[in-house]
Amino acid sequence: MTNDAQGTAAEIVSDGPSVREMVVNVGPSHPSTHGVCRIITHLDGEVVTEADLVIGYLHRGIEKIAENRTYLQVVPLTDRLDYVGSMYNNWAYSRAVEKLMGITVPERAEYLRVITCELQRVASHMMAVGSAGNDAGATSFFVLAFWIREQVVDLLARLSGSRLTYNYVRPGGVSFDIPEDGWVEDLRALCKKTPAALEELDRLFFGNVIAKDRTKGIGVLSAEDAIAAGVTGPSLRASGVDFDLRRDEPYSVYDRFSFDVVVGESGDSFERSRCRLLECYESLRIIEQALDQMEPGRTTAPSIPRLIAPPAGEVYERIESARGTLGVYLVSDGSVRPWRMKVRSPAFTNLSVVGTLAVGHTISDLVIIVGSFDPVFGEVDR
Amino acid sequence: MKAEDLSERLLKEFPDLASSFSIDKGEAVVTVSSDVVHDTIERLKGFGFNQFEMVTAVDRGENLEVVYILHSLGMKVVIWVRTFVPRDAAWVASMVDLYTAADWLEREVYDLFGIEFRGHPDLRRIMMPFDFEGSPLRKDYVDENIIPRPDYI
Amino acid sequence: MAIIDDLGQTLEKMPGGSVILTSFDALLDWSRGHSLWSQPMGTACCAMELIASSFSKFDLDRHGTFPRADPRSVDVMVVAGTISRKMAPAVLRVWEQMAEPRWCIAMGNCTVSGGIFHYDTYAVMPGVDSFLPVDVYIAGCPPRPEALQDAILQLRDKIRNESVAGGRTYEHKLLLPTSSPRVAIEDRGESA
Ligand code: SF4
Repeated sequence: MTNDAQGTAAEIVSDGPSVREMVVNVGPSHPSTHGVCRIITHLDGEVVTEADLVIGYLHRGIEKIAENRTYLQVVPLTDRLDYVGSMYNNWAYSRAVEKLMGITVPERAEYLRVITCELQRVASHMMAVGSAGNDAGATSFFVLAFWIREQVVDLLARLSGSRLTYNYVRPGGVSFDIPEDGWVEDLRALCKKTPAALEELDRLFFGNVIAKDRTKGIGVLSAEDAIAAGVTGPSLRASGVDFDLRRDEPYSVYDRFSFDVVVGESGDSFERSRCRLLECYESLRIIEQALDQMEPGRTTAPSIPRLIAPPAGEVYERIESARGTLGVYLVSDGSVRPWRMKVRSPAFTNLSVVGTLAVGHTISDLVIIVGSFDPVFGEVDR
Repeated sequence: MKAEDLSERLLKEFPDLASSFSIDKGEAVVTVSSDVVHDTIERLKGFGFNQFEMVTAVDRGENLEVVYILHSLGMKVVIWVRTFVPRDAAWVASMVDLYTAADWLEREVYDLFGIEFRGHPDLRRIMMPFDFEGSPLRKDYVDENIIPRPDYI
Repeated sequence: MAIIDDLGQTLEKMPGGSVILTSFDALLDWSRGHSLWSQPMGTACCAMELIASSFSKFDLDRHGTFPRADPRSVDVMVVAGTISRKMAPAVLRVWEQMAEPRWCIAMGNCTVSGGIFHYDTYAVMPGVDSFLPVDVYIAGCPPRPEALQDAILQLRDKIRNESVAGGRTYEHKLLLPTSSPRVAIEDRGESA
């Protein structure tokens, strides 16, 4: 769209884009968009001049469906929001209902929630890191990361009965206590051996000179931009903002554990992915501490009725999910169905910066930038 | 920070907010009329609420309620800003000039609730197809798929 | 596929041609059924299980099924995940880009009927069979990766019954997937 001599001479279409600019449509079914996202890119040669993200291809109207379900029937729906980390959605929703009802959750249930959610964080980050590596061409890295994920998923499946959509954390507690088949021992063994595997991952990808060349300096998000754009979670911390809900506004029993918050510096794609990997070590530390501190007891609050009808009012509860601050805004009108449920999804706000970040990079870097934000489209589109 | 401490500090800085400030279930809430909501949020941003966490709407019959939730990384607290707009002339000022995060979030509310955000640079549908008609999250939206249920199931 | 289709019809009309036809069918169906490259049309939660099934632990590769995100070079489309009304035209477009012969596996309740989102929504298609021909349905929310493997084997069985001559199908008496001989030929066709 320039007016220099070449540009005007080459202008063939009068009211379309000039021949120097090309429009390439990526998606909605594209292997590197991590789901169903469509990116309309305007290219000058290979360089992106404008990237317009079109989302909504997985919009299922969960917020509307929830208005026609009872409070307990909503829990399986929340599983399907962020399907890489279902536990978080269960938990955030359950916390909102508990706050509306004024239920106190038994301590053992809180510990079980922490343990499962930190396991979930490992599983989710492995998916995120692996597929981010896959975008850069490291398929063997993805396979290795997925192998760790499979082990975690196996444990969660033994606990909750499902591999993906757990429906485990429910208003008032959790659905099952730990099985008696040596689950705790297996979990401890996993916590022992996973750091070595993570180490290997770290060396395989983040120590690799090709991967560094491919991802360093790509999609740099400054701390100010990240805050203004509402970016949360590992993507925010990679930009150098030291904020983690688990430590800074502790909910549940997180104030009883000692763990470090992983903070990056440069805020590029490399840093974002690496922060996720390093967070897994901290999650494993939290799990070990929780296993030590946990005591036998009830796993559900006594006398939760089947048909919950909380008093009228509205609450907003937030937890730190694998992607950032996950909030559930719940409005009750005193009946057995929620009047309105709104999920503040971290992936949605994180993804909204991709369009501006991609400008000036090549189209192959665009793929890496999208991957480094770890969008899960069930949660983006809801 | 607790909402009580926040109310102390906030009301010292902005005494005129006292009439609209309340604490509901441990959350600080500011309820203002829709023409000053941009102004209020601008002042809150200056006060230290640097993250725009979300904006959403609730169908309240006659009116639509618009809820903004702001978060402060420094003070580690959230604040709600609530306002009401009439159902058939639903509009509020856009916050995109204050927080870039408002861009997509406001598009979503526009798409699903039909609330116009005046001053938004790019107000298009975001979730539904561009040729979709209606505001599906309003309670009066009719779709043959949506079946009212009795209270016991 | 035009040459092969014509060949099938010609063979069928030739005296003694059906001997060649059945051997040819056996060869073709065997080769088609054992290298079902798949287009992973994963949109939602089920896509996670789709990915898991092609990775180390479950390894769909050993059945000859390999995800290939390129509609021109695949044989089977695995639709895994909720299909919204906005997404449906894109799925159909990918399906139309696939070369014949093509098959479709509907993985998960969402693709079978809309599943958990069947009622009360304004945005979800009630199953992919409302706009695509589906060969194998897998129930589950999400189905386990083993179920997808079973679906591939079932699809292979279905392919073994196909003939290049239009309207003709085979029936296999034995259910074991590998060692069943072709025991009976049944003409269903108007063309025969
Ligand atoms: S069938 Fe269940 S798991 Fe699969 S996409 Fe639908 S909701 Fe998700």
